[in-house]
Amino acid sequence: MNWRRDFIPPTALIIFLILSWFFVTKVTGLKPFILPTPLDVIEAGLRTRGLLLDAIGTTLLSTAIGMTLALLTGLGIATLMDLWPLVRRALYPILVASQTVQILAIAPILVIWFGFGIMPTIFIVVLSCFFPLAVSTADGLTSADPELLALLRAMGATRRQIWRMVRLPAALPSFFSGLRIAITYSVVAATVGEWVGGSSGLGMYMLRSKNALATDQVFVAMLITTLLSIALFMLVYGIERIVLPWYYSAQRKEQWDEMGIY
Amino acid sequence: MSSPCIEFRHVSKTFAGAKHIVPALEDVSFVVQPGEFVTIIGPSGSGKSTLFNLCVGLFEPDKGEILIDGERKRNRAGMVGYMPQRDLLLPWRSVLDNVIIPLEIQGIPRKVARQRALEILPHFGLKTFENEYPSALSGGMRQRAALLRTWLMGRSTLLLDEPFGALDALTRKELQNWLLTVWQEFSRTVLFITHDVEEAVYLADRVIVLSPRPGKIKLELTVDLPHPRHQSMTTEPEFGKLVRELLTELGVNT
Repeated sequence: MNWRRDFIPPTALIIFLILSWFFVTKVTGLKPFILPTPLDVIEAGLRTRGLLLDAIGTTLLSTAIGMTLALLTGLGIATLMDLWPLVRRALYPILVASQTVQILAIAPILVIWFGFGIMPTIFIVVLSCFFPLAVSTADGLTSADPELLALLRAMGATRRQIWRMVRLPAALPSFFSGLRIAITYSVVAATVGEWVGGSSGLGMYMLRSKNALATDQVFVAMLITTLLSIALFMLVYGIERIVLPWYYSAQRKEQWDEMGIY
Repeated sequence: MSSPCIEFRHVSKTFAGAKHIVPALEDVSFVVQPGEFVTIIGPSGSGKSTLFNLCVGLFEPDKGEILIDGERKRNRAGMVGYMPQRDLLLPWRSVLDNVIIPLEIQGIPRKVARQRALEILPHFGLKTFENEYPSALSGGMRQRAALLRTWLMGRSTLLLDEPFGALDALTRKELQNWLLTVWQEFSRTVLFITHDVEEAVYLADRVIVLSPRPGKIKLELTVDLPHPRHQSMTTEPEFGKLVRELLTELGVNT
C-alpha cells in the first residue's frame, strides 16, 4: 500500500472540512445546541467519557452478537439456495422484502416481544446485515467457471469435492465484499436498534443527549459510530488480505496497473 | 493382445439447443492402441472437443458405444487423463497444490500427494515454480502445470485438447519436443486434438481427420516417420507430402 498516495488526500480533505466547520460556527455565531464547534464536541466527549466507554462496550457487544448471527443466517441461506434451486426461487423475493421492512414500524413490536434491552437491537443488526451476506455469498457460489466444474467432474470428483475444492474458494472474494458492506451497516444498525428499543449503548446515549438538547454529545456519538464502522471495515479488509493472498497478489495488481484501470 | 485404450463404435451425438438442433458427431468409429500417439484434426465445429467430452463421460452418445480399455462403462469419469483447451488452474492454489487435485479426488492425503508431485515436477520443467500462484506463470508454464495435473491422474491414456493452441510458435515447438520425450519415457497413450496441420503430423503415429459439422472421420493417415522426432524433420520431403495430403483433405490446399 502506498501511504503517501492513499492517505494524504483523505486526511487533507478531512482537516479542511473540520476547519470549515469551525470557521462556519465562528462566523455565523450559531447557538451550540444548533451547531456546536469541533472543540465543543471534543470537550463533550471528554466530559462524558465514562458514560461513553460503557455505551461503546454495549454497542460493540450487540454488534458482535448481531454480526455473528447475521453471518450464520446469511451463509446458511446462501448454502440452502445453492444446494436447492427451489429454495432459491422460493426465498429470494422474501429476502428482498425483508429489506424493505421499516425498522421504525417493527421496533415497537420487537419491544412488545422482547422488552427493552439488547434483544431488539440484535434483531435489527441481524435484519440489516444478513442480506448482503446471503446475496453476495450465493452469487459467489455460482461464480466458478463452468468449464472448471466440468474438468473436475471428468476427473471423477464428487459433488461434495467440487464444492469444497472449487465452488467454496471461488465464492470467498464475493463473500468478503458482502461482509464489508454488512460490517459497515452493523454499528449504525446497532445504534438505531438501541435508539428505538434499547436500554443502553451509543444509540441510547444519542437519544438522551438529543432529548437534553446536548447537540455536542449527539455529535460525539455520531463521530464514534463512524470511527467504529471504519475500524471494523479495516479489520475485515485486513483479514481478507490474509485469507485471500492470491486475490491480492502482486501479479494481479500489476495486471490491473498495466491495463490502466487503477 | 491387450485391448485398445479407446474404441469408438459408430458413435453419434446431437445437441438440442434452444432454437436449433446441432449434430456434432455422426457415425464415428476409431481405435487407439496402447502406446500410440494419435492426433485428431478438423475444422472448428467438427466436434473434436465433443469427442473428448464423450470419452470422459461428460455426455453420453445418442447412438453407438464407447469402450475404455476394452470395457463398456457407464461411468467413465476419471478413467482417462483429460486436459481441456484452457489450463483451468485454480488461482487460489499454488502450482503444487493445483497439480495434486486429481490425487486429492482419488482420496490420497495431501501430504503424500505433494510428495509424489514433487518427485515428478522436474520432468515437467516446473522445478522452483511449485510454490508460485498460477498468475505468476507464463502461458507455457501454465500449460506444463495443466499437463502435469492431467498426468497425475495416473491413467495410461491421456486426452489433450489443443494444449499448445494458445502458445507462441517457439514455445509451442519446445513443448512439442518435450511432450514427445515424456510420452516415450513414461510410455503413455496420447490422443491429441489440434488445428495445426504440421503439429498433427509432427507428433503423431496416426492422424485422424474429421469433416466439418457434423463430424465424420474423413481419413486416417499413418505417419511413418521414425521416433524420436526432430524439428529438422519438418523440412523433409516425406513430412511435406503428409502435410500436403492433410491440407488437401481439409480443403485448404488451393
